[in-house]
Amino acid sequence: MKEEIIIAGFGGQGVLSMGKILAYSGLMEGKEVSWMPSYGPEQRGGTANVTVILNDGPISSPILNQYDTAIILNQPSLDKFESAVKPGGTLIFDGYGINHPPKRKDINVYQINAMDAATEMKNDKTFNMIILGGLLKVRPIVTLENVVKGLKKSLPERHHHLIPMNEQAIRKGMDIIKKL
Amino acid sequence: MNKNEGNTIMTEEVELMKGNEAIAHAAVRYGADGYFGYPITPQSEIMETLMELHPWTTTGMVVLQAESEVAAINMVYGGAGCGKRVMTSSSSPGISLKQEGISYIAAGQLPCLLVNVMRGGPGLGTIQPSQADYFQTVKGGGHGDYRLITLAPASVQEMADFVGLGFDLAFKHRTPAMILTDGVIGQMMEKVVLPPHRPRLTEEQIRKESPWASSGKPAGRKRNVITTLELDSAVMEQINIELQNKYKHIEDTEVRYEEIGCEDVDYLIVAFGSCARICQKTVELAHEQGLKIGLFRPITLWPFPSKILNRYADKVKGMISVELNAGQMVEDVKLAVNGKIPVEHFGRLGGIVPDPNEVLEALKTKLRI
Repeated sequence: MKEEIIIAGFGGQGVLSMGKILAYSGLMEGKEVSWMPSYGPEQRGGTANVTVILNDGPISSPILNQYDTAIILNQPSLDKFESAVKPGGTLIFDGYGINHPPKRKDINVYQINAMDAATEMKNDKTFNMIILGGLLKVRPIVTLENVVKGLKKSLPERHHHLIPMNEQAIRKGMDIIKKL
Repeated sequence: MNKNEGNTIMTEEVELMKGNEAIAHAAVRYGADGYFGYPITPQSEIMETLMELHPWTTTGMVVLQAESEVAAINMVYGGAGCGKRVMTSSSSPGISLKQEGISYIAAGQLPCLLVNVMRGGPGLGTIQPSQADYFQTVKGGGHGDYRLITLAPASVQEMADFVGLGFDLAFKHRTPAMILTDGVIGQMMEKVVLPPHRPRLTEEQIRKESPWASSGKPAGRKRNVITTLELDSAVMEQINIELQNKYKHIEDTEVRYEEIGCEDVDYLIVAFGSCARICQKTVELAHEQGLKIGLFRPITLWPFPSKILNRYADKVKGMISVELNAGQMVEDVKLAVNGKIPVEHFGRLGGIVPDPNEVLEALKTKLRI
């Protein structure tokens, strides 16, 4: 199976690191993976996006203009990428900061209020893991077990004590994502 | 490259990293003696990773941030003169600064590894990916009649593999080799199996393998003098002829390329590095539409795979060279094909990277399919 994903939002929302954890999880699953960031001079507050591809076979282009799944974390990204989801594909967005929700009827649209949930959990750093949980609920491309293995592989040892909290956030995301 | 070897140890050693990081890891594992560089986006992870690996505490490899690109390339010149495995890396504007040193190293017939992670130019340009330094790399760049062995990786795995290959070719032919890549391959993360660790060569091994090195004169041997100055034109011509003979030998023996679905096709895309990856998807899309299109990927940009492309010109109706520039490699494709069939070019400029669909549409328009 092949899954072509774009994750887009503001810098500082954990867009790149979420993509990285997804890629590491794919690695643990024995899949071919590619992680291609839109690198630029922007840091916190600027726009950031990353293309992650998971495939059972070799991956050709790491750069795409059509995606199976788009994860959208702010309005400019929604404006840019809503039209780039393949018909029948999936669009997941965080309700926070979205004034004009997606309009397309030929794709599966999901909302996940991860920002609110992260605030509720009193840890806004879990934001991107809540989103990841939502993704895995509707597109189970990697198992939770392999995500945890991916976290272990990608995080330095000194941060390993944070893994249970991240796992909890993923489960939270699985619970709160809803189809529109 | 070594794909079978890689598979046997894949289960335990497969890593996920950026192309730039893979270059750093591969250099330490190859047993490189020194890296000299100056930071510039999009390749700064090479030196950053080397600093994090602090190989000076393990293999003894020197990693040094020089005061400028010009200093870095001249440190490489000095290290190479001593027979050491030394390297530098930069991105387009930084590589321009190094051109004088590269010409000297080529003239001194010294081996070293250069890495250019290209960004959009001209001038200071942008930090986004580009392939606009093709001419600079394969046609000269610095002054004088010299050539650079040029390797164009299309994956993170090849970024790692070409470090060893580049050093090996450079030492085999006593000439600088360059890895010519861009921000796409440098910044993307993919699976990679790193090469095994090898110890650095000892002084004794260097004296044996590189008897030309100026690493101290043993009794009974003449002094090794490394110079690029020769005021007698007759002698300088002989030196040039010697260089040209060497380049001819490299052209005859070191051509590398990959043919992707090139059997029984009507048209051929020619693309290197990141563009070859994008065009691989274009070929998949073309097949879905019933179009018979193959992808030819030069791995060595110099020596260029001219002979094989010339043979393809007897089999296909047309070729298109897809590049992140205004049309550079297309000139070499045209020379190879020598007018037998139409050769077109498609490129995006200044750091813009085309997507696979865009390439397919351009191809259909330009080749009138």
